[in-house]
Amino acid sequence: MTINRRKFLGATVAASAALSAPMALAAGSGKPRVVVIGGGAGGATAARYIAKDSKGEIDVTLIEPTRTYYTCFFSNLYLGGFKEMDELGHSYGGLAAAGVNVIHDWAIGVDRDSKQVTLAGGAKLTYDKLVLSPGIDFVDNAVAGWDVTAQNAMPHAYKGGSQTELLKAQLAAMPEGGVFAMVAPPNPYRCPPGPYERVSMVAHYLKANNPTAKIIVADPKPKFSKMALFQEGWANNYGGMIDWVGEEFGGGNVEVDPNGMTLSIDGEVVSVDVCNVIPAMKAGKIAEIAGVTQGNWAPVNAADMSSKADADVYVLGDASQQGDMPKSGFSANSQAKVCANAIRGALTGSRVFPAKFSNTCWSLIDTDNGVKVGATYEATDEKIAKVDGFISSTGESSEVRKATYLESEGWYSGITADMFG
Amino acid sequence: MLLDFSRIGLCVTLAVSAFSAHAESVGDPDAGKKVYRKCASCHMVGDDARNRVGPNLNNIIGAPAANIDGVKYSKALKNAAADGLVWDEAALNAFLEAPKKYLPGTRMSFLGLTKSSERADVIAYLATYSDSSIAPEAGFSVSPEILAMDGDVAYGEYLGSECTTCHLSSGANDGIPGITGWDEADFVTAMHAYKEKYRDNSVMQMVTGRLANHEIAALAAYFKSLGN
Repeated sequence: MTINRRKFLGATVAASAALSAPMALAAGSGKPRVVVIGGGAGGATAARYIAKDSKGEIDVTLIEPTRTYYTCFFSNLYLGGFKEMDELGHSYGGLAAAGVNVIHDWAIGVDRDSKQVTLAGGAKLTYDKLVLSPGIDFVDNAVAGWDVTAQNAMPHAYKGGSQTELLKAQLAAMPEGGVFAMVAPPNPYRCPPGPYERVSMVAHYLKANNPTAKIIVADPKPKFSKMALFQEGWANNYGGMIDWVGEEFGGGNVEVDPNGMTLSIDGEVVSVDVCNVIPAMKAGKIAEIAGVTQGNWAPVNAADMSSKADADVYVLGDASQQGDMPKSGFSANSQAKVCANAIRGALTGSRVFPAKFSNTCWSLIDTDNGVKVGATYEATDEKIAKVDGFISSTGESSEVRKATYLESEGWYSGITADMFG
Repeated sequence: MLLDFSRIGLCVTLAVSAFSAHAESVGDPDAGKKVYRKCASCHMVGDDARNRVGPNLNNIIGAPAANIDGVKYSKALKNAAADGLVWDEAALNAFLEAPKKYLPGTRMSFLGLTKSSERADVIAYLATYSDSSIAPEAGFSVSPEILAMDGDVAYGEYLGSECTTCHLSSGANDGIPGITGWDEADFVTAMHAYKEKYRDNSVMQMVTGRLANHEIAALAAYFKSLGN
C-alpha cells in the first residue's frame, strides 16, 4: 500500500499523546476502533492487516511492551549457532508506517462492559473490537521446585529474547562432559516440535564443542511431535548423547532444585549443569484478566476467532482454544488474517470471506537437515477442524532435507515480513 | 510468451531432487550451468556467442532445427528440420539423452546425458538465453476453460494472505520463490500442477489441494495485480 503521510503523522501524534496523558484514546475520531494486545505472530499480523486493508477507515492501536520483538520461532537455531540473535529481532516501525498506532506499554486491565483497556502507564483505550494475542504464560507449580523466580538458574527460554540468550550462555559455559537437562512440557503447549528441535540444536552445539556432554530429557508425554523423525535424527547424528525419558519411565514425575542444580526423575536425583525447565502453559495473563478464559485457555469461535464469552473480543494464537491447530507462530498468523477479515467486515461492511487456516512447522535436526509437518484447517460449528496434512518421511535424502531447511528460511523471511511489514 | 525464466528456475530449486520424476519439464538453471560445461567446448551461448564446432545456442528453445545460416548441419538434421523438427523442451530432452539414437547421422559427437535431472537442468540453463520460455509445466496442462476464468481480485487478496506467510509480497526470493507479477496462465497452471501432485512440494500440494478453480483464478489475478 502507499503510505498516506497525513495519516501516518496523525498516528504518531496519537501514540505520543497516549504516553503523556492518560485519556480515552481516539474518542471523537468517529472511526471504529480496534485495540490489539500483543505484537507477536497473531497480534502484529492482525493489526497490520486491519490497518492496511481498511485503508484508514479503522483506527488500529497495538499494545506491545517490547520495542524489539525477538521471535520464539527460530530461537532454537540461535542455540545451535545457525542464527544470530540480531537476525531474530524485529521493530515495529513497519506497522507504524502501515498506519497502526503502536504503543509500547503493558495492558493491565480490560473492562468489557465499558469496552476499555487500561495500560500500566495509566492510559485508557476504548475499543469497538478488541484482539487479544498475548501468547503464553506458565502454570503455577507445574514443575515441583520451579517458579518464575528460578528462571535465571533454570531458564525456560520459551519466550524469545533474553531467556534464550541466557540458556545459550549456560550451554556454552557447561563443563566438559557435563549434563544438559530439559524438563519438557505436557500438552497443549506452544510449538509442539519446539522442545525436540531444541534438543537437536543443543546436541549439535555440544557435538562440536563438548562432545562428551550428555543431554537428558524428562518428558511427561508418551510421544511427541515428529517423534520418529527426531529419534531417527538423534540416532544418526548424535548417537548416545541424548537420553529421552518419557512418561512410561517416570518422565512426568520430576522435581527440580534450582539452588542445588539437581533434577529428580521418578525419584532418581541427577546433578545437572544446565536445566531448561519448560513448564505447563496457559494463555497470557491478560486473557484471564479480561475474563475470556476457561481453564487455561480462551475458547473461541472457529469462524472468526471471536471469544465464546464476548462477540467483540477476539483471541488469537497460543492463548486461544480453537480445536485442532497446533499452537505455533504460523497458526497465529493464519488465524489473524481470518480475524482481520471478519473484524473489518463487521466494522466497515467490507466483504467477509470464509475462514481458511493452515499451518506448517519446520524443524532443524542438524546442519541442512530440515523436516516439516503441516495441515490445512476449516471452521466448523464446534472448532477449527483439520482437513488434510503431511509430514516429512524418515529416510529422506540429504537433498530433500536441505531443500526443506532452505524452505524454512524462506518461510522465516516471509512470515516476519507478513507480521511487521 | 516472454522469457521469465528466473522465477521458474527458482521455483524448482527447492525441490530439485523431488522433481526427477518429471525432470523433463523443470530444471535448475544454476545446476544446468555446470552441466553445460560438457557442451561448452563446441557450443557457445550468451552475449558474444559465435558459432564454433557447433552452432551458438542463443534462442535455441523453441527454435526450428538447423536454422542458423552458415552452420554446416548434418543431412540428418536438415531432413528432420524439413519434417518440422522444433527444439522445444521435449525434443531437446530426447535428443540430449542419446543424440545418435534420436538423430542417427548427427554430426554431434556426444554420448548424451543419461540423467534426466541433468537434461532438465541444462535445458533450464539454455532457456535463460532464449526469448521463448520453456513451458513451466511441459506435459501438464489445464483446460482452456479454467485458463479463461476471470479471477476475483478482492477474494484473491484474502486467499493470498495464506500465501504471504511464506512468499514475500515484495516478490523477492529469499529461499521461497516470489509469486507476484506472474502471467496468470502460468500461475494457474503451476497451482493446478501442485494440486494434481505433478509438482512436488508437500506444503504447496497441501495448500492447493483445497483450492477450487475459481479460487486459483482469484489468486492468479491478485498476484498478477501486485506487479513484479
